[in-house]
Amino acid sequence: MAATATGTNRTVQAGVGGGPSRPNGNGFHKNGGGGDDTPFLFSPARYRIGVWTAIGSILMLFVALTSAYIVRSASSDDWHRIAMPKVLWLSTSLLIASSFTIEWSRRSLKQNNNPAYGRWLINTVVLGIGFVVSQLMAWRQLVKQGVYLAANPYNSFFYLFTAAHGLHVLGGLCALAYLVVRTRAPRTTIDGELRRAGAADAVTIYWHFMDVLWIALFLLLMFWK
Amino acid sequence: MAEATHAEVHHGEVHRHPAPTGFIRKYIFSLDHKVIGIQYILLALTAVVVGMIMSVLMRVNLSWPGTHIKILETLFPQGAPGGVMTPEFYLSLVTMHGTIMVFFVLTTAPQGGFGNYFLPIQIGAEDMAFPVLNMMSFWVTFVGFVVILFAILAEGNATVGGWVSRLGESFAGGSGTVGPIGGWTGYPPLSALGKIAGPGQGAGVNLWIISIAIFCVGSLLGALNFITTLLNMRTRGMSLMRMPLTCWAWFTTAILALLSFPVLLGGGILLLLDRIAGTSFFIPGGLYVSGSTVPLHNGGSPLLWQHLFWFFGHPEVYIAILPGMGATSHILSTFARKPVFGYRAMVFAIFAIGMLGFFVWGHHMFMSGMSPYSAVAFSILTLSIGVPSAIKTFNWIGTLWGARIRFTTAMLFAIGFVSLFVAGGITGLVLGQTSLDFFFHDTYFVTAHFHLVMGVASIFGMFAATYFWFPKMFGRMMSEGIGKVHFWITFLGVYAIFVPFHAMGLLGMPRRYAQFTEYEFLKNSKGLVTFVTVAAIITVVAQVLFYFNFFWSMFKGAPAPENPWEATTLEWTIPSPPPHDNFAGIIPTVYHGPYEFSVPGAPNDFIMQSDGDGVVADLEGTSGNGGNGHRH
Repeated sequence: MAATATGTNRTVQAGVGGGPSRPNGNGFHKNGGGGDDTPFLFSPARYRIGVWTAIGSILMLFVALTSAYIVRSASSDDWHRIAMPKVLWLSTSLLIASSFTIEWSRRSLKQNNNPAYGRWLINTVVLGIGFVVSQLMAWRQLVKQGVYLAANPYNSFFYLFTAAHGLHVLGGLCALAYLVVRTRAPRTTIDGELRRAGAADAVTIYWHFMDVLWIALFLLLMFWK
Repeated sequence: MAEATHAEVHHGEVHRHPAPTGFIRKYIFSLDHKVIGIQYILLALTAVVVGMIMSVLMRVNLSWPGTHIKILETLFPQGAPGGVMTPEFYLSLVTMHGTIMVFFVLTTAPQGGFGNYFLPIQIGAEDMAFPVLNMMSFWVTFVGFVVILFAILAEGNATVGGWVSRLGESFAGGSGTVGPIGGWTGYPPLSALGKIAGPGQGAGVNLWIISIAIFCVGSLLGALNFITTLLNMRTRGMSLMRMPLTCWAWFTTAILALLSFPVLLGGGILLLLDRIAGTSFFIPGGLYVSGSTVPLHNGGSPLLWQHLFWFFGHPEVYIAILPGMGATSHILSTFARKPVFGYRAMVFAIFAIGMLGFFVWGHHMFMSGMSPYSAVAFSILTLSIGVPSAIKTFNWIGTLWGARIRFTTAMLFAIGFVSLFVAGGITGLVLGQTSLDFFFHDTYFVTAHFHLVMGVASIFGMFAATYFWFPKMFGRMMSEGIGKVHFWITFLGVYAIFVPFHAMGLLGMPRRYAQFTEYEFLKNSKGLVTFVTVAAIITVVAQVLFYFNFFWSMFKGAPAPENPWEATTLEWTIPSPPPHDNFAGIIPTVYHGPYEFSVPGAPNDFIMQSDGDGVVADLEGTSGNGGNGHRH
């Protein structure tokens, strides 16, 4: 056992979300390097790698859509920006606030403070729902003003971005709801404990990504041209 | 307490998941990566029949225009009145043949099928990282397939078309073609306009886009799973550089799928919105179609779609062929009884091909009026893919060099893969040059190129994989006799089909035309066209041998031993077929590289990856067994 390269004890590695660090077996150093001593103990890294991979693909979706936005904005003279509905500022601040609450919830879990973990999770869900509702209010307001999807390419992209982002937020809300439900489930095994920590980690990373993504889209919609 | 559990697990006391017992959980909604892999393979085997029938219909129409085909009249009374297909019908065949082959055959079987089945076993894992996602990825893909089949009927059959027409004006169907017209590339503005653009532009196109979007989602779920599994679940000692090349190929393919399918998904959403929501992402203003100006659209850019599509489309061709490269490397080494020549170079080459694939999409668009400077950049990047491709080819030949080759059917198909990859790849160097592409663009030369390299070579990789892994998957051997007949007919057949395509391309014969009877300059090519058709029919009919061999051997083949090919990787250490959790709770430890063949002094001429020190006394010169190897 002493001869293996990566014999660290992974059970205590709850880990802070920061990219898919140190996958199982680090290969490249030498032919024999890598592998791990604990192949089938559940590793929370699995959820983290999974969520970063998912973020990679979601990012590519939005890269495609935003590059379409940039190209399209230059391809004709019918590009008219609309005045941003004020309520978007509300939704943006709700989402940013939710990033803080979910971070607190994860910290509480790491400190084994289960009640606080559940409480901050519920706060995050409420803020997340608030975000979705205020986005819908923005849509309603625009429709009332006669700003429709097909009237102008800018409008099309506005609705498209908010909808695509909103769907991903809804997915995140489902994951959060799952975590909330699971707070009540008893965990007797170390495996279950690790799973919960891994899942909480992954959802937190995802939620922060939703936050950053929205801010990027918001800035793009507001300032591009 | 954590320590205690840790130690227990370490000593092999893994809690085993019992195998499901109900039929539905076992065979339909199974979480087992092996069942899901077979489901993908069966899906591809089904889809490829549809695609092949379409290609035969196209060939028949090209050689013998006006042929009466009774069944077409029954199914598509409008599209083939009196059993004779209309040009529109032919164009929809082109579209659906391409779509079904590229997505539901070349993307499903190599990656979803064999990758799903063998990646976890080869890295020593019990299953994929996320079994539920794995199940979903198959069933989502399956729904995509059902939708694309439905697109055929919705567009082609007046009754079904009538049903979907109720969904709205843009879903008007029943124009009598076999699904949409637009090629598998679906270029706007044609694909974005809807019914006004003519037959085959109604519900079929919407369903086509929806099907592709569904397929994208399924592929993304699969890619996520592959990447996580490979990074997280390798067994002890299975370092990245000890992985079989198949795993490297599936991993690279998963990365390509992960980064390219979202772009197609995004493009598909924009295209669908143009069709059903009246937006103008791709539709320019003042378009004059079918005798009237297209109203209400302005300023869209059809080129934007081409960029989005080919940003996906080029990696997609590597998604199709990389798993074949992996399987070929693996099989060549096994039957040449030699280590893969230049394992490391092979790994870097496969990765380089994958990554370069993201920067060359512009070579599909040389004719789109792009700046000559961009064209040169795309051209140079494209040609540079020749470098890693050549490394792979030379290493394959190096692996075969001086070997005492065992000519099994799997080996024949693997060698066939190398042959086809070279034959098809070499014209890539021709087409990748802007000046030459100006002439060859949209001729049969292009069709020859991509059919050989992306279509047939990938399929040969899959044939090789099937003959190689069938014993492991079903516990029975396939018939080698039938297999060899199948190989020779198919091998000679595909060359007989696609080599003449080059000549047709040189003559200037354009792609996607329903007939050539009207063109003076193509009058002399009639014999060539008919020759190709006859070769195509023979080759397609020969595939009956494969299907027979596949399904007959599944039940009646000779029982397969654990390791019939004397191969070295982990899947050959377990029973055929493997138990539900692959290793029956006894997780292997890996001590060696994947291709330890003809090891001097070894008892068997090969060393399994999991052979410990007991089996292999102090042998010198085995790779993957360096200074800090796992010698406990």
